[in-house]
Amino acid sequence: MTQFTSRPSYAAAMPRVLVIVPAWNEQDALAATIADVRATNPDVDILVVDDGSRDRTAQVAADSGALVCRLPYNLGVGGAMRAGYRFAIRHGYDVAVQIDADGQHDPQYLGSLLERLDGADLVIGARFAGEGEPYRVGLMRRLAMTLLARTLSRMARTRLTDVTSGFRVANRRAIGVFAAHYPAEYLGDTVESTVIAIRSGCTVTQVPVQMRVRQGGQASQTPFKAALYLCRAVIALALALVRRWPDVPSPEPARDPAREPTREELP
Amino acid sequence: VNSTVTLGIIGSAVVLVALFELLRRQRLREKYAVLWFFVALGVLAIAIFPGLLTGLADLVGVALPVNLLFFLASLFLLVLTLQHSYELGRLEEKTRVLAEEVGLLRLELDIARRQAEPDESSG
Repeated sequence: MTQFTSRPSYAAAMPRVLVIVPAWNEQDALAATIADVRATNPDVDILVVDDGSRDRTAQVAADSGALVCRLPYNLGVGGAMRAGYRFAIRHGYDVAVQIDADGQHDPQYLGSLLERLDGADLVIGARFAGEGEPYRVGLMRRLAMTLLARTLSRMARTRLTDVTSGFRVANRRAIGVFAAHYPAEYLGDTVESTVIAIRSGCTVTQVPVQMRVRQGGQASQTPFKAALYLCRAVIALALALVRRWPDVPSPEPARDPAREPTREELP
Repeated sequence: VNSTVTLGIIGSAVVLVALFELLRRQRLREKYAVLWFFVALGVLAIAIFPGLLTGLADLVGVALPVNLLFFLASLFLLVLTLQHSYELGRLEEKTRVLAEEVGLLRLELDIARRQAEPDESSG
């Protein structure tokens, strides 16, 4: 099995972790984000999925020593993440992590997210969960987020406060689900993918994290945009709930999440 | 020969010739060709024998035969557009999968190259 990072032999028993960073025109923030992940989690492999960027994103990622998957054109976060999950499954990773390229997800929390995989298949790094400064959002946006969180909490039978967070950790079972079905629609990479995970029998839980200010520009918050966000969130949620997803297992032999890694695959 | 008949014949003839030409240049899949072929035949039939339309209108109880024609035509176009939207979504999903696979293949190629020459440019 391919091994991308040189790692001391005592680490062989540790789970192989792949950090997937979907990046679209993120040349300015990306290098710092990768360095940050490296510094806090030296044993993980980093895969940057360059989502058809027009700037030097791919070059920056390669210079930082990350694996780079260059998509020929922009597919959105959903497409980038599905490619990442497919890579994870083909190379026998035990855990896949999603981290945004703009640096708002603090990789210091990665360890505490990974720990929670003991009792769950998907762990979400959640704002509003009591860690540090409250994450500031407008009224409409908060309304949308509350609605989404309530609905998904009920589905998952656990308290989820921030289902639109893109900071999440998946084990083999959840990777298998996402490699097969990862929605491309708006909010699909967060809300709908969580719904799919729950409906395919994955256990979902959350860990409180503190988000950082984006390294790039802050998303503008006009009332109109916030209302639009609410509408789209409701539509996305409704679609996610009524949509019929095909059974999860397994177009490719390697997709069986229950399969133990063979001797050759272990690094 | 009145003008409606001429119009109908010209219309269906244009469709048939265009169909033939598109098929000849391999620009049209036969499933759509068959569809349009029957549409053109229908228009032709109604143009030559207007009695068909009035008869049908009487049968289903539509007072103005032309209304039946418009209703059927718009229904047909609606269903066809819906079918195209469906095909478009399916094709988009297919190209998405292909794009992801292309990206992953390029990555695998990078990895294989790097492993073939481990001393050169390991970053």
